[in-house]
Amino acid sequence: MADKKHKFEKELVVKSSTDNLSSIRDFIRNLADNAEISSETTGKIILAVDEACTNVVKHAYKYSPEGEIKIKVKVAGNKFTITIIDEGAYFNPEQVPEPDIKEYHKQRRVGGLGMFLMKKLMDEVTYTSLPKRKNQVVMVKYF
Amino acid sequence: MADFDVNVRGVGSVNIIDLKGYLDAHTAPDLENAFNGLIEDQKFKVVVNFDDLNYISSAGLGVFMAYVETIRENKGDIKFSNMKENVYNIFDLLGFPMLYEFYPEENDAIKKFDELG
Repeated sequence: MADKKHKFEKELVVKSSTDNLSSIRDFIRNLADNAEISSETTGKIILAVDEACTNVVKHAYKYSPEGEIKIKVKVAGNKFTITIIDEGAYFNPEQVPEPDIKEYHKQRRVGGLGMFLMKKLMDEVTYTSLPKRKNQVVMVKYF
Repeated sequence: MADFDVNVRGVGSVNIIDLKGYLDAHTAPDLENAFNGLIEDQKFKVVVNFDDLNYISSAGLGVFMAYVETIRENKGDIKFSNMKENVYNIFDLLGFPMLYEFYPEENDAIKKFDELG
């Protein structure tokens, strides 16, 4: 076992455009590499963050590119924590029941799949509303 | 900038969509355009070749869900080929293998269409 004693924090703030998804993924990939996380686990974290940020662009900011998405990463020991904060409209995908995938395909429903993936890919996913009309999602992956 | 490319080509009566790079919420509209073009041209036998696709998010998977019914109603299908393991794993998590055909090689998918005529 490698000695996992990495400890650092980084932050990225981008405008709420899907155009920025690739730089968000690069940001996460670099930090996961610094933490010496396996490529398989890194892939899962990147996709979960992509899905969370896509939800922010779609649901919190309704595709307006003027909003801000703040992404904070904290690595401590074997715990990789991502906190994503926006100041868009309140939304809490946790209130949406977990999709029955077979029904989804039948009904051609596409929304909700991102949240479903986030929960499958990460160890913890927690949505909260912060003061000053902010939404926050915290995702944790142990590696 | 997201690195993504979509290209459509014909092999006999089958149409191949080649995907390259990263398919996410930003690039998914390019794939929708490709499907719109095929449907407009009444081309319903579709193989999506994932050989050069490195990444897919739910926005990309949603495109297939949005078009498959129309295509099947017209006696066609969307079949998948040449998928990397990391990409397949996402399709698997979202239950696609029960409803779509996956082939190791593009030719296998084309043959399947040819057998059915």
